[in-house]
Amino acid sequence: MTIISGKKREKIDRLAELAARDEERGVSLWQDAFRRLRRNPAAVVGAVILTVFLLVAIVGPFFVPYGPTDTMGIREGVVKVGQGLIPGHSAEHWLGYDHQGRDVFSRMIVGARQTLLVGVVATMIGLAIGALIGGVAGAAAGLGGRWGRWVDATLMRFIDMLLAMPSLLLAVSIAALLGPSLITVMIAVGMVSVPVFARLLRGSMIAQSNSDYVLAATSLGVRKSKIALAHVLPNSLAPVIVQATLTLATAIIEAAALSYLGLGNPDSATPEWGVMLADAQPWLGIRPALAIYPAVAIIITALGFTLLGEAMREALDPKLRK
Amino acid sequence: MALLDVEELSVTFARRNQRPVRAVDGVSFSVDAGEVVGLVGESGCGKSVTSLAIMGLLPKQPGLTVGGKAVFDGTDLLKIDDRSRRDIRGRDIAMIFQDPLSSLNPVVPIGIQVTEVLTRHRGMKGEAAAKEAAQLLDRVGIPDPKRRLKEYPHQLSGGMRQRALIAMAVACQPRLLIADEPTTALDVTIQAQILELLKDLVRDSGTALVMITHDLGVVAGMCDTINVLYGGRVVETARRRPLFRQPRHPYTVGLLGSVPRLDAGRGERLNPIPGSVRDLLPWPDGCAFAPRCTRRIDSCVGEPPALVVTHDSRGYRCVNPAPLPGAPGEEVREVVPGSATPGSVPAQAVPDDPPAVPGLAATPSEEDVA
Amino acid sequence: MIRFIVRRLLQLIPTLFGLSILLFIWLRRLPGGPETAILGERGTPEMRAAIRQNLGLDEPILIQYGRFIRRMVRLDLGTSISTKREVTTEFLQRFPGTVELTITAMVIAIGIGIPLGYLAARRRGRFLDHASVGGSLIGICIPVFFLAYILKAIFSENLGWFPSSGRQDPTLGATRITNFFVLDGLMTREWDAAADAIWHLVLPGMALASIPLAIIVRITRASVLEVLNEDFVRTAEAKGLTENVVRRRHVLRNAMLPVATSIGLLTGGLLSGAVLTETVFAFSGIGAFLADSISQRDYPVLMGFIMIIAVVYVLVNLIVDLSYSLIDPRVRVR
Repeated sequence: MTIISGKKREKIDRLAELAARDEERGVSLWQDAFRRLRRNPAAVVGAVILTVFLLVAIVGPFFVPYGPTDTMGIREGVVKVGQGLIPGHSAEHWLGYDHQGRDVFSRMIVGARQTLLVGVVATMIGLAIGALIGGVAGAAAGLGGRWGRWVDATLMRFIDMLLAMPSLLLAVSIAALLGPSLITVMIAVGMVSVPVFARLLRGSMIAQSNSDYVLAATSLGVRKSKIALAHVLPNSLAPVIVQATLTLATAIIEAAALSYLGLGNPDSATPEWGVMLADAQPWLGIRPALAIYPAVAIIITALGFTLLGEAMREALDPKLRK
Repeated sequence: MALLDVEELSVTFARRNQRPVRAVDGVSFSVDAGEVVGLVGESGCGKSVTSLAIMGLLPKQPGLTVGGKAVFDGTDLLKIDDRSRRDIRGRDIAMIFQDPLSSLNPVVPIGIQVTEVLTRHRGMKGEAAAKEAAQLLDRVGIPDPKRRLKEYPHQLSGGMRQRALIAMAVACQPRLLIADEPTTALDVTIQAQILELLKDLVRDSGTALVMITHDLGVVAGMCDTINVLYGGRVVETARRRPLFRQPRHPYTVGLLGSVPRLDAGRGERLNPIPGSVRDLLPWPDGCAFAPRCTRRIDSCVGEPPALVVTHDSRGYRCVNPAPLPGAPGEEVREVVPGSATPGSVPAQAVPDDPPAVPGLAATPSEEDVA
Repeated sequence: MIRFIVRRLLQLIPTLFGLSILLFIWLRRLPGGPETAILGERGTPEMRAAIRQNLGLDEPILIQYGRFIRRMVRLDLGTSISTKREVTTEFLQRFPGTVELTITAMVIAIGIGIPLGYLAARRRGRFLDHASVGGSLIGICIPVFFLAYILKAIFSENLGWFPSSGRQDPTLGATRITNFFVLDGLMTREWDAAADAIWHLVLPGMALASIPLAIIVRITRASVLEVLNEDFVRTAEAKGLTENVVRRRHVLRNAMLPVATSIGLLTGGLLSGAVLTETVFAFSGIGAFLADSISQRDYPVLMGFIMIIAVVYVLVNLIVDLSYSLIDPRVRVR
């Protein structure tokens, strides 16, 4: 057994205490952030918007007045696209018919689920791949020595390549590879956000690796893999979680863009706001509302995620903590 | 008449849904032309806020109220408009700040940061301004000033940066210089150099200096008059020598006692003041220092102690001041419990001739006339 | 400085190399090939094979790649399968339009974003601040192509203030030199042609500017707020400097640092937005052409365009890094 002099022992104790305190702060950081989040009106507005949309997405489809694919307007002869006849809102059809004679209100409600699903799954894909690359690179760069730096450099070159490709082009290529479908849109939009997540987590982990508590843990002889997983990673997650919230907003918008370019779900039987917006373009002259409903829904949802994400960023920013 | 007369200065920060905070609560002091005045106290006692309020540099925010008077050369600085205040700042009153690195603009060369004062207040431009700036840098002891003018703050050492800031402050030969903890962020060896520089500049130009510090060593080496602040009020004011020899307010006594001394025995402990500045009694309810005071008596609480002015123009705000030396030693021991008790009046606070803090370069200089 | 530039350019080589391999593998894995695009579904297997042989697609992929690299080194990007013209020619003809559009968007975003962000910070908590923060939030959340449609519907179709499509009125018969229409107009002194080209840029430029504008406003505002609290601003105030000098020399110069970084990143993102905007306004840049090339499986065009875009992206970021070292003396490029 090694003999540690009293002075050295004292120093180690102090460092250990420091590390422990940092851990404690890690917990209270989130509590503190949550407390401030609740007081921030922007966060509350964002949360309310998202709760409403989430509720609509989950239970809405069970309560829609008409089937989203029922072309009743054409069957009943009310909608005559050739004559430019697409009736607007009425008592029975709150938001009117679309160009195929379907009930827009029902489609909006059912579409909420698909749209949110696209956003969530796409973000998950981006987060998972990006966090994996960024996490490995960050851990390697921060703790891995020379070999680690090499791993980090290689991974980051790959991320550079992804970044050098215009994001929409990347998405379009993926869509071309897989053929147009909902899954394609999810993967394409997700891939676009991979570099952002990777760089963010890597940067955050490197910063954490240079902090005192890692030094303390190292001096106490904790294994590097354990430091990376148990200390560095959890403490680096805050900016990534914030970014994920913000990415949910951009994912929904980008999915709409892909649908607009004709790469979205070609099966308009399962409505999605982006596809509805894209489908409405030819009828803008006759009934602009057909585009405005899904567009406004997309904007408000994106706004909800952005408000919440920005508020979270503020709440978690150590510089703004008092 | 005094050059600067601060009367009942008060600064209050009011936040929505929160109790207003009185950072400065009726500070009064005056500065004569050419005089060096110290404002001393722990962090949070309101000394920096006082100086910023005088300069009109407190960040404009809703809920900020500044009361009282700060009369400089016949004009109340708190009443004049922004434009006249800008005219006075930098020309008649200049200021030096604590952290020289963050106090300098990182993306503008030193030269421009010096010449902009000359351009603003002395109308100098181009070559003339550059030449004057080089002379200023030379005067504050920056070697190779021509080259330094082109450099950026990050290329200078800490001491150099503070010298550069001093050069900007004295560029227009102001009549009053306010130095807010000018040496706190510097290495000990550099601190002494900067203090010497300030001393020399003040002596040569006849500029009055307000020295804001928590460091009694700085005060002992420089100031003619010292104001000790606590809880946003002056609790004791005195010339340097009497203050160090016979501190009357228990807070001053405590401050002196908590300074480490070279001549103290190895085993001797420091005598820190117990508690922290946060253990504050609001002034209207009595003496703010009472919660931490070892000489507390019943009449400390209830109403704020009045300022007692003694014959040698000293003043203290205390109902039970430390006794003057010469009084029987027995009596001192009676009031003060055993020396091991933290916060007790240490023997060295009432010393014989060598000044109370000999561990710090407190030797009185020739011009020290009590 | 020179060494920094050289090193960054050398770093570009492995990135490009890796990108080319990725692209190559990727493109060849796309279902269908140019022969399907050319012949449709009706071609016989023999006809398909002939086309593939003609294009050299029947050879092993390694040999194809080797040939591509050999041409690349000579800066020869090959010939487009669908237009039968050189890829370089196609690029030089179309890319200027996208560049013009991107620059217009950036000029709008910077020209409005920085002053607005600054004013919002100075009037913190007042109406202008809330309005610009709220506006920028919506700007981020609006799909670009939808905004493009709205702008087109209002300002072009309803009010008739701006043209709704194209880069220039073809009846002007403007002379072409660089294919930068505005530049061409100025060089040939065909003022009406230049003005018309600018006129065509306004609406798509505004649509494309929406996201960068919103981001620049937010970053400028946050950055100015942070700088206003810095000690050196207090020093400047203590020196009695006029508000104008404090604002320009001390606040804005420092507040611009993070804004400059974001401008570099945003410029890369603009290329994507440009594809959508170009489609809405039938603006002949690279956007629509690239989208077509994917569906046509026009391998040389895809390879060439994406490689050049990658180079441009890296160059833009290099320029941003260099300019960053100009405004911030602490950053020394090594």
